[in-house]
Amino acid sequence: MAVMNFIPTALKNLLKPPVTTSYPFEPAEYPERSRGHISIEIDNCIGCGMCTRACPLGALKVDKNAGTWEIDRFDCVVCGYCVEKCPKKCLFVQPGYQTPGGEKTPSFYQKSPEVLAAEEEKRKEAARKAAELKAKKEAEAKAAQTAENADKKD
Amino acid sequence: MKKRSIVPYGPQHPVLPEPIHLDLVIEDEKIVEAIPSIGFIHRGLESLAMKRDFNQMVYVAERVCGICSFGHGFGYCEAVEDIMKVEVPDRAKFLRTIWFELSRMHSHFLWLGLLADGFGFENLFYQCWRIREKILDVLELTTGGRVIFSVNKIGGVMKDITPEMAVAISEMLTSVKKELKQIVPIFMEDYSVRSRLEGVGVLTKEQAHTLGCAGPFARASGIGADMRTLGYGAYKELDFEIITSDKGDCYARCDVRIREIFQSIDLIRQALDKLPEGELAAAVKGNPNGESFIRIEQPRGEAVYYVKANGSPHLDRMRVRTPTFANLAGLCETLKGADYADVGLLILTIDPCISCTER
Repeated sequence: MAVMNFIPTALKNLLKPPVTTSYPFEPAEYPERSRGHISIEIDNCIGCGMCTRACPLGALKVDKNAGTWEIDRFDCVVCGYCVEKCPKKCLFVQPGYQTPGGEKTPSFYQKSPEVLAAEEEKRKEAARKAAELKAKKEAEAKAAQTAENADKKD
Repeated sequence: MKKRSIVPYGPQHPVLPEPIHLDLVIEDEKIVEAIPSIGFIHRGLESLAMKRDFNQMVYVAERVCGICSFGHGFGYCEAVEDIMKVEVPDRAKFLRTIWFELSRMHSHFLWLGLLADGFGFENLFYQCWRIREKILDVLELTTGGRVIFSVNKIGGVMKDITPEMAVAISEMLTSVKKELKQIVPIFMEDYSVRSRLEGVGVLTKEQAHTLGCAGPFARASGIGADMRTLGYGAYKELDFEIITSDKGDCYARCDVRIREIFQSIDLIRQALDKLPEGELAAAVKGNPNGESFIRIEQPRGEAVYYVKANGSPHLDRMRVRTPTFANLAGLCETLKGADYADVGLLILTIDPCISCTER
């Protein structure tokens, strides 16, 4: 049975530098995989809403038409399930924790005006093409109808 | 007849890591009876299973507790995978086993520190937690989280352990083993530590069996029950023996847990050596339909996961039986006849995790 056998360890510890860092005077270091916060490359987002349906907390909001993506960072637990589900892979988990705050305001992201304008242009183009296709189909149907009527008359 | 009085103990008490309340019936300084009451931190996580879809529940399940978090996510995934007949890739099984053993190690170090704090050895307490920090750093490196890992998903895991990370784990194991060997004699041989642990709170094998105790608490009383022998995850491919002691006192519980840390180091090394190449997760289609009952060995003992699904994304029922709940009866038995000064220590020796117990 030993007596006071912690003393060698305690003495060794006295001579060693502290294992703690003096945060906040020294910056905290996080590994690459550290789940600090969710970030988004908003211009690549297609507004499908898979992330909002995946989020166990309901911390995300997406508006496809306005091109916006909202995250309530105080609700988010950075589980990374939205990142897993994103079909365009435009969501990321990044190091760096959410700073404390007095108000629970969500972080708001909106696509840049150029991207929005380009998307609007694309939508108009698609609508125009669809309208053209529809008109074409209608004209074809009408022509077919007239031909059928003509056949019947004969 | 001596005068009896009732002393309320907890839920807020300097020695208690978690909120449990005990009404201690005492005669002079001796405990005659202990009546536990729980329910201070019930959060209703089980009923969330009916409101969240079964994939989201993985993240809810692992937030049942901050220390056994990985095990809860693991057990829940095993249960759902069992219902859906998903074959988890071998690599995912090994990765899960490595992370599970790492979390067992950090849980046992946490307990050793709390025990040292319980018998008033602050230096030893910090020494244990200092070693534990290395394990947490490795966990953060490999999973991104220190206590909540979020790497499990139905069908496998989300993150891989790269060869560089495997080297980091291996180096950490070497240094942790070295430092643990330095503090083992203090727990096991120091006169003052032994005087606080030896012969305190003896639970015989028969008592432990009758009261249905689990985990290191039961193994310290000589019951060789370790759910890892059931062969879930990659345990069937690893070589290990159940660690038991036959003394049944606080000293034996400390001894069992220290030896389990060494065993975990060995298991992680084996798993890293045998780590197969391959996929991280199997594809999962459809919704679960059926029920499953899975038992796994948490750091604190046997945990049971029951999942009942109805073919929709929302489960009918998710139930967790935690080791602390099983050990509460044993705790009350060990408290009978104990000194009032040992109560804190005895509560610690079952490694109570009340947030698991109340969910």
